[in-house]
Formats: sequence, structure tokens, C-alpha cells
Amino acid sequence: MTARLRNQQPGNRREAANDIMVNDEVRTMRHQGRIVTNHGRQLAGRVALLAGCAALFGLAGMPDVALAQESASAPTAYRDIPYIGSRNLVWIIAQLHLLLAGFVLGVPIFAWLCEIVGWKSGDKRYDKLAKEFTKLLTSSYATTALFGGILLFMLIGFYPKLMTYLTDIFFPSFLVYCALFLVETATLYLYWYGWDAMAEGNGKKFHIFLGFLLNVFAFFIMIVPNSWATFQASPVVLAEGSDFARAWAATWNPTWWPVNVHRLIANVVLGGYICGAYAGIRYLSAKSQEERYHYDWMGYVGNFIGVFGLLPLPFAGYWLMREIYQYNQQMGITLMGGFLSWLFILQAMLIGVLFLGSNYYFWLGITHRIPGSETQYRKPIMAMLIILLLCLAVWMTPHSLVASLAEAQQMGGTHHPLLGVFGVMSAKMTVANLMVLVTFMSFIMYWRAGKQDTAGWAKVAKAVIGAVLALAGIAVIVLGVWGYFVPAIIRINYFSTSQVGIVIFVMLTITPLTALLLKSAKTTTEMVWGKMPPRAGYALVLNAVMVILLMTLMGYARSSSRVHWHVYGVMRDSSQYAFSPALGYAATLMALNTFLFCMLVAFIFWVATMGDKAKATAGVKGPVEPGRIPAMAGGAQSLDGAAIDSPEANRPV
Amino acid sequence: MKGVLVRPIFLTVFIYLFLKFIVPNLPHSAPLPSSLIFLYLMLTTAGIVIFATLSGASKDAFFGPMLRFLTGESGGAFGGARYLVLALFPLLVGWQTYGSTASSDAPPAENRTIHPAPPGEYTGLSNPVPKTPDNIMYGKGLYASRCSPCHGNFDGKGFAAPGFTPPPANFKDPTTIAMLQESFLFWRIKKGGVGLPVEGMPWKSAMPRWELELSDEDIWKVIMGEYDGAGQKPRTWDESE
Repeated sequence: MTARLRNQQPGNRREAANDIMVNDEVRTMRHQGRIVTNHGRQLAGRVALLAGCAALFGLAGMPDVALAQESASAPTAYRDIPYIGSRNLVWIIAQLHLLLAGFVLGVPIFAWLCEIVGWKSGDKRYDKLAKEFTKLLTSSYATTALFGGILLFMLIGFYPKLMTYLTDIFFPSFLVYCALFLVETATLYLYWYGWDAMAEGNGKKFHIFLGFLLNVFAFFIMIVPNSWATFQASPVVLAEGSDFARAWAATWNPTWWPVNVHRLIANVVLGGYICGAYAGIRYLSAKSQEERYHYDWMGYVGNFIGVFGLLPLPFAGYWLMREIYQYNQQMGITLMGGFLSWLFILQAMLIGVLFLGSNYYFWLGITHRIPGSETQYRKPIMAMLIILLLCLAVWMTPHSLVASLAEAQQMGGTHHPLLGVFGVMSAKMTVANLMVLVTFMSFIMYWRAGKQDTAGWAKVAKAVIGAVLALAGIAVIVLGVWGYFVPAIIRINYFSTSQVGIVIFVMLTITPLTALLLKSAKTTTEMVWGKMPPRAGYALVLNAVMVILLMTLMGYARSSSRVHWHVYGVMRDSSQYAFSPALGYAATLMALNTFLFCMLVAFIFWVATMGDKAKATAGVKGPVEPGRIPAMAGGAQSLDGAAIDSPEANRPV
Repeated sequence: MKGVLVRPIFLTVFIYLFLKFIVPNLPHSAPLPSSLIFLYLMLTTAGIVIFATLSGASKDAFFGPMLRFLTGESGGAFGGARYLVLALFPLLVGWQTYGSTASSDAPPAENRTIHPAPPGEYTGLSNPVPKTPDNIMYGKGLYASRCSPCHGNFDGKGFAAPGFTPPPANFKDPTTIAMLQESFLFWRIKKGGVGLPVEGMPWKSAMPRWELELSDEDIWKVIMGEYDGAGQKPRTWDESE
């Protein structure tokens, strides 16, 4: 089925649009296997009232900029700024805005889930945690909007022609976006300022409902700008129809939903790991055992939610890449086989560190929070570590290797005849599934540590768990190997999805079984909070940095896949910046963006918690007690080493 | 915890020797480039450090000897060795720095990407020639006369292949044409090495520009013959194709 991209504006608008289309281009692009009917669009268009957009903020992912080459009569197409360049500036601001937006959209999910857990379980710690993070929302929400505003001014200033075109397409959604922002802001204020007033009974229920609404509005606020950014990569332009119908068709473009799902999950991951990093830093700077207790627990919750989101993230990413490749072979190959393919090796490294960091934190938890577990779990941990490293080795092995001329001659090219098979998706998907399985088992192991099964059927249940896990691992590997010998479409449509299905089946089988087992289990060792070594705090910070780096890396990949197009196949970038920056240059900007975002978040955290710290330290004067020196201030030794492992040191507080 | 430092050293050395000397001698294998060996050794080191730092006791057992050695607490014969290490370490760093910055006549390592993105006008094409036995056979005939000197019996081992670096593609390898759509092959065959885009240089392809000798229809037939001969199927988005 072919969807046509045609110039569609009647009358004067048609002429204006013709101006901005390169060579008055009327292009036809194939959306293989995709049927979009006008009827469907009109029907769906009515629903779009809920999902429009307004150009106050966002338009993330548009770092392609250029210099004004205007004459007195021609309208300005581009403007530039000396030294830094307009593209770099927009790149930095757009990336910071996107990261902040991810944080602002991820934290409410995180806070709302914690609030529900606290409400259902009666554990006030969760409620306190949820409130602590909602407090951060108010300041970070304003900062996100501020960066959105700056971005908007820059886009209008640097890319007037592109913005005119996008405004012409998306104007109805801009209005909806404004409305969404208004209701989101009002809900956030009610949610935050009404926390204490709605702490009990029906008030609490209403407060949780407000949290639900906050997340629903936040979700729409996320998917509306996503439509603008994804439209640039996979545009759908209607030849005729009302403004609303054209806006809806452009919104419902082939990569819109894959990006929506991927970003939603990624935001949960970002929110969780940033919470973990915050807890890690507070843990490292804690002066009292109570503080260490609280922030150790908070770090655990943050890491858990981060991992919870991380497990489905590779599958959402796979779906996104599949849609991109199916939408346009050129874009798919540019990303997966062309000059951007090296980004996916970097991505493998970052994801690998993230998986290792998350598992390491679980393992440290088993060793330090559950005294006596180290000996019991040392061998399983070693086995899981070896599997993770082997999987990571496969994931990080490129299809074309970096080799000197002599090495390439020995190999017969840059493709190794034996290990080169690791360089394709069948291998990558297999190891990604195995890493997810191992991480899941790390959590199950952590969950079971310090408990003794008492149920009569425990032996059978454990045998079932072992068998399910072993069979699933074997099935994932068999499908991965078999995937080399079947047509690509069979592998993509059936084998890869089956692998994912198997992993989900394992989770859905083992989680309730473990929960049932633990219901009747006897606790042999109480969980001891606040005894984690300082490296656990650093692992949490590392995880957060890895997630941010990953987002900057993938943001660059997604934007660069459009190569020299503002709107792929429709509006060409005719500026002096119509080239993809070298990977090293891009990596420097990614690192800079990561650093700037960390500084911004640190500032927000510092401002938001200033009052609490002042209250907490009031009255605590005089010299710090021995053993109470924060890890970050040179007290690490007293919180680590063989001495801290002793039973005496691990007495519950 | 005894031997906690010795085992990792043995493990690292073993993995290095395995990658350097055993993997290249496996069937259908070749020596690994140093970049890949380095990558795997880094992973090994990361794994060792992670495992060694799981508990306070294992961390002390792992880093303790190193700390005692470096701070001179070990005493005895280790004292002399410590001075030797402290003297040699800067020299090692200097040697590495010199090695990585000194001018050399060796060409730089290349990170060539094998699959360039095809131009937009080729991306939506589908094979217009019916997949009949006759057409496939005709395509194989063209392949035998035009392509097999380099690509051999679809395995990249034609009689002219040893003359090329990198060697001609092995179509039987499931990581080559099985990963690509027919339109990609059409573009590569039609335009050859000279038609490759500038992005992602350096391209190294001696592929002739077959559009000068073959009609479009013949190129499509060659593609059908290639897939059939190599026992592969092209990437499609429609299972019925």
C-alpha cells in the first residue's frame, strides 16, 4: 500500500507550502504494508481532540539547523549564532528540555505508584517517598517549561521556514497542547498542595485519583510533541482535507506509537534511576544511621523501579527500529547498517553497564542487607555474572570490526568469519532476552534471600521454577540460532516475538509462584537497612548517568537518521549545517548534555531539599561523632570492609 | 579468600591466550583484531572487580594485597619490587603515550560500515520480474558469467577473490544478503562501487557498475538467481512474498 505525500494546501497556503518544499517537490513515499485511509483518519481525527499539540514547548529532536542565506526579497529561512552555531545551541537546549521532560513525566508515575503502595500496605515510608519526589516536581516542572520556552524561541528564530511549515500542519494540535498544559498544571498544584489535606479516608482516594489524572495528562503532553518529532522522521501528509484532518494524519504517522511507548517506558526508567541516584548521594552524605536507613531503602525502591522499566525497554526499542526500517529502508539501514550503526555498539556498552550496575546493586543488597546470605548466593551470583558478561560480549561485538590493515587482511575483511555472526539482530535479541532473564532472576533471588520455605509443595515449586527458567533459556537460544536460517520476516515476526513472549511467560509464572512460596515462608534473617557499602551509592549514581547518556545517544541517532532532511523526504535542510556531525563530535555534545542535565537536576534537588536540611541540622552542632562521617567526606572506610560484614555490625537498628 | 588475587590474574591471562591463540585456530576462524581482544579483556576485568567487591571481606582480600604492596606494608622482597613498579609504571604510561601519538607509516584502523544506505529512489522498489524457474535459471546463468569470478559458488570464493581486500561478499553467510531487501541488491549491482554514497567513507568496493552491461530486468533476474543459489531469502515486510 502506498501513502502519498503531496502538497495539499489549497489556495495561498498551497503556494506558501510550495515555497518551502525543496524543488516544489511532490514526492511519493512507500509505507510498505501500511494502509491509511481517509475514512480511518476522519474517524480517528475526532479522537484527536484529546491528543493535539500546541507549539509552546517541545519539538524535541530537531537539531538540524542552518544559516540564513537571505536576500532582501526572500523570506528568512535560517538564522545563525556566532561561535557555538545555531544547530549546537538548539541541540543542547532540545536535549536538556527532553531530559527534563522525561524526568517530569517519569517522576509522577514513580510517585503515584509509591503512593498507591503506601496506601494499600499502610507503610508510611512509601507515602513519604512519594511526597518527597512530588515536591521536586513543582520546581522541575517549571524548569522544563522554561527550557521548552527557550527552545521555542530558538526554533522560531533559527528555523522560521521549518516552523511555518510545521505550524501549518500542526496548528490544531498546538491548541490542544495548550489546554493539556493548563489542566496538567492545575492537577499538579492540587496534587502537591493537597497532599496533607487529603491524607486519610476518601480524601486519600481522591488524592490518588488526582495522581492518576496527573499521569494521564502527562501522557498526552508527552505524545503530542512526539507527533511533531516523529512526523519529521516519517511524515504523512494529506493532499486534501480540513486542517484538523491533516493534523491528525500527520500525528498518526508510522513511528508515533512506537516512540510513545518507548519514551513512556524510558521515562519510568529515568525517574526510577534518578530517584536511585538521589538516594545514593544522600546515602553517601548521610551523617546518621537513620538517614542511612532511609536513603538505603529509597535507593532500593529507585533501583527496583528503574529495573522494572528496563526489562521491557529493549523490546520497545526493537519495535521502534522495526517500524523505522519498515517505513523506510534507507533510514533503517542508515541506523542499523550505515554510518550510525556504531551508535548501537555504544548503546550496547551503556545498556551493558546499566544491566551490570543494576544487578550489582541487587547482589550488594543480598550480601549486605541480609547477613549470612553471601556464602549461600555467591555461586549463583557468579553464574549470573558470567552469563551477563558473555551476553554483553555478544551484544558489543560489531558486525564490522575495528581492525588495522594487517588484521583485516588476516581476517579476510573487517567481518570476522566466526565471531561476525554476533553482529546481527538475531544474536543481539537473544542476548538481550537472556540479560533480562538474568536480571529478573537477580531480583527473585533478592526477594527470596533470608527466607526459608515451609510449604509442603515448596520442593515441587522450586523444581518448576528451575525447569521453567532452564527451558526458557534454552528456547531463547534455540530460536536465536534458528533465526539465522529462516527468512528475515519470519525471524522478526515470529522468532523475536516468541523470545519476548517466553521471557514474559517466565516472569508471569515465577513471580506469582515465588509470592505464594514467600507467603508461608519463615524469615530466617531480617533485612538490615543502612548497611550498604559506599560503592552501592556510587553504583546508583552510575546507573542514572548511564540512562541519561543513553537518552542523549538515542536522541542523536533518531534525529540524525533523517540525514539532510528537516522533514524526511518532504523538506530538505538547505542550511550550512545540512550534514551529520562526526560521531566523536556528537559524543562530546552528548557528554556535555549529560553533564549539564546532571547539574540541573542537582540544582533542583538542592533547592527543593534546602528547607528540610536546614530543619534536620538545626540543633545538631558540634563535632561529628566517630563513625558518623559521611562516606563522601572520607568516612567510606568505616562503612565498608570486612568489619562491616560482622554479625555485630549487622544487628538490625 | 586465599588466592583471591591470583585466580583473576590467571583467568585474565587464560582468556587472553584463548582469544589470541585458540580462537584463530578453530575451524572457519581467523585471528581476532586487537580492538576486540581489548573489549573482551575489559569485560573480564569488569567482571572480576564486580565479583571481588560483592562483600567487604572479598573486597579487602582482593585489594588488600595491592594496597599493602603499593604502600610498602608488605615489606621484605616486595619492597624492592615496589620501587621497581613505581619506576616502571610511569615509563609504561610514557611508552603507551608515545606509541599512540608517534607518527607511523601504518594506515589507521578503519571502522568501515559494510551496508551503506541506498538512495531514496531505490528504497521502495520491488522485484517486477516473476519468480519463475526459467527466470531464476536465467539469472543464475548471468551470475555464473558475470559474478562468479569474484563471488564464486555464492560463497565469495571465486578465482579472482584472493585479489581483493576486503574479499567479495559470501552470499551463503546468513549475515549478508539475507539481511537485505532485493531493492538494496538492485542498487548495489546496478551502480557498483562507484555508486556508493560519500557518507561513511572509506568504501572499498571493486564491484563493477553493471548498469553498463545489464538491463534492469537482467539485474532483477541475477538477484533472484543469487538468493536461490545461496539458499537465502530476501528481507521483506510481507510474509507472502
